[in-house]
Amino acid sequence: MGNLEILLQAPIFSVQLLIDGLLVGSIFALAAYGMALLWGVMNIINISQGDYVILGGYVTLTLYNAGIHPLFGVPVAAVVLFIVGWAIYRAVIYRVVDRDLFISILATFGISILLQQLMDQIFGADIQSAESGLGQIFLFDNQVTVSQIKLVALAVVIVVGVALVLFFKKSRMGQAIRATAQNARAARLMGINTDRVYAMTFAMNAALCGAAGALVVMTWVIQPFIGLAYTIRSFMIVVVAGLGNIAGVVAAALGLGAAEQFAAFLLGAEFQIGFVFGLLVVILLVRNMVLKRQRQVLK
Amino acid sequence: MFQYLKPVFVSLSVATLAVSLVGAAQAKVEGDTIILGAALSFTGKYKTNGKHTKNGYELAVRKVNEMGGVKVGDKSYKLKVVYYDDESTPARGAQLAERLIKQDGVQFMLGPYSSGLTKAMAPVTEKYKIPMVEGNGASRSLFNKGYKYLFAVLSTSEQYLAEAINLAAQQAVAAGKDPADLKLALAMENDPFSQDIRAGVLDDAQTHSINVVIDDKLPKELNDMTVTLTKVRALKPDILVVSGHSKGAATAVRQMMEQKVDVPMFAITHCEAADVVGKFGAGAEFTLCATQWAETMTYKDDYFGSASDYAKLFEKEYGYVPPYQAAESSASVLVWVDALQRANSFDNVKLRDALAATDMQTFYGNINFDETGKNIAKPMVLRQVQGGQYKVVAPTKWASDKLIYPRPKWSER
Repeated sequence: MGNLEILLQAPIFSVQLLIDGLLVGSIFALAAYGMALLWGVMNIINISQGDYVILGGYVTLTLYNAGIHPLFGVPVAAVVLFIVGWAIYRAVIYRVVDRDLFISILATFGISILLQQLMDQIFGADIQSAESGLGQIFLFDNQVTVSQIKLVALAVVIVVGVALVLFFKKSRMGQAIRATAQNARAARLMGINTDRVYAMTFAMNAALCGAAGALVVMTWVIQPFIGLAYTIRSFMIVVVAGLGNIAGVVAAALGLGAAEQFAAFLLGAEFQIGFVFGLLVVILLVRNMVLKRQRQVLK
Repeated sequence: MFQYLKPVFVSLSVATLAVSLVGAAQAKVEGDTIILGAALSFTGKYKTNGKHTKNGYELAVRKVNEMGGVKVGDKSYKLKVVYYDDESTPARGAQLAERLIKQDGVQFMLGPYSSGLTKAMAPVTEKYKIPMVEGNGASRSLFNKGYKYLFAVLSTSEQYLAEAINLAAQQAVAAGKDPADLKLALAMENDPFSQDIRAGVLDDAQTHSINVVIDDKLPKELNDMTVTLTKVRALKPDILVVSGHSKGAATAVRQMMEQKVDVPMFAITHCEAADVVGKFGAGAEFTLCATQWAETMTYKDDYFGSASDYAKLFEKEYGYVPPYQAAESSASVLVWVDALQRANSFDNVKLRDALAATDMQTFYGNINFDETGKNIAKPMVLRQVQGGQYKVVAPTKWASDKLIYPRPKWSER
């Protein structure tokens, strides 16, 4: 446990790990919001989630290459992906909404392959990135660096999170989405056009992913075939946080982000992803035990 | 619904039969043309390098044909390559190898792009005893299976960054220090290719008794190296070696720059593929990059002349500077030409033996296969980014420039 010693002797490095973990988690939180939304309202597990993220990255990259500052990519990618999401809903998803979960997994898997190949055709298979030019903040005698673009990501996540909460509480569409999530049939009987609600939900999910993608291309790198990592991460966050709970999604995303940084430092990078999966199993087991106990009380 | 499809199936199978009969009749040599076969990645994630590979093959074929072709017996033959798209998937590669050999009757194979695809195709070529000369499969797992018909012109992956360790040891000795005091940090992607490189680096570290202080295996899904770099900042190693294809290269250079991590020597693979100089400019300065070949090397041959002549011709033809993937592909064709002329025959066993006895210099480097089929005559090259240019700094025999060591600290740049 030589690495633990480093942390004990120089606690400053744990500050670095903690900050970075929280900020990395915030980027994943955006895509995870969307996944929770989709899953909760439409009962669809979207395998193509990560590909919307990457597509959002390419939208931003296109702006960047045209000489526009990539930060504008955040809203632009969201709008473009909103339209793409709407189109995909109209073309494919509306056919699978009320069907078996397996059918929708298969359908979104197909969309994922299609998007990957299209991106490969249009943008090429090379690794690409955009420079935000925002730089770093150096703290504690340069021992801790905080990338400003990651701070921007955190700000975007908070703003979008608050906006979503307000949207669901105040707007008619938001209320319709919540009603549909609770009971689609009853919502239809009350005169809600659930087809429109579904289209809106799907498009909003894609828009969230698009914004996340814009942040990803400025923070890391993109390539047409690395979307799956983002799908899996969103899935995991949603499983931990549960559906319909935006604050929970943010907390889970940040918590997992920080946990994996410490795991990677202490155990070695090869256990970074494995540790998160292990943690997932533990969380599910514990949650199951807690729920069981509650059920017994209710009896 | 299947009964309606029956006539379709029947006609399809008749068609397939017809094709295979025609294919069998169409042999490896048509008139005065020798047909080589290759499955390359024209689509999918390897398509950029698939294109480099094809351009390499095509340029060599054209050059050889222009210069009178290949002399076998008393006759001169032209070369031609049959290509298929393996879609960057190994399973497809294996199918296509089968198809090239069984249906198209190809007897002379050129390699695909990447170790993964080569690994999928080698068992097939081996089964049919069809020699394959390849320039883009470097994994050492290709050369411990006892394959007899596989020949690789490139340096295998465990050699990629080993030279960096020797270089650091030399520098330590030159500065009057003991190499055993050096501290080494490794961050290698957890895939066969990078782990091969890691094994090679560790071997060399052991020879010099260098202390390994960080040995991270980066998961494939990962695109953030902050944790490893935090460790680097804590433990202050003298050498940091990173490998993880283009993604690893871009991530490492970018985050080293962003987080201003200082380390005296920083060596990676895939600089050119990730275009670290174009993307990160001054941030890429002083990075050591492993490469199979550089156009400033002094090797030469009768077809292309020197390495720089090759580079000029390639750039004129295709509009970009040849990456080493193209150069080693061209060299593979030259190896075939040499073997065909020495064997003076189209017999696959005689050709195999001729290939095994290859001992030649090409613009790409010396080529001499050991009994496992890998080229042992060509060392890997290390280039350092100096003033936005890649300058050869090792091995010292071929070096055009001097290594800048240690890397200047970020605060002093």
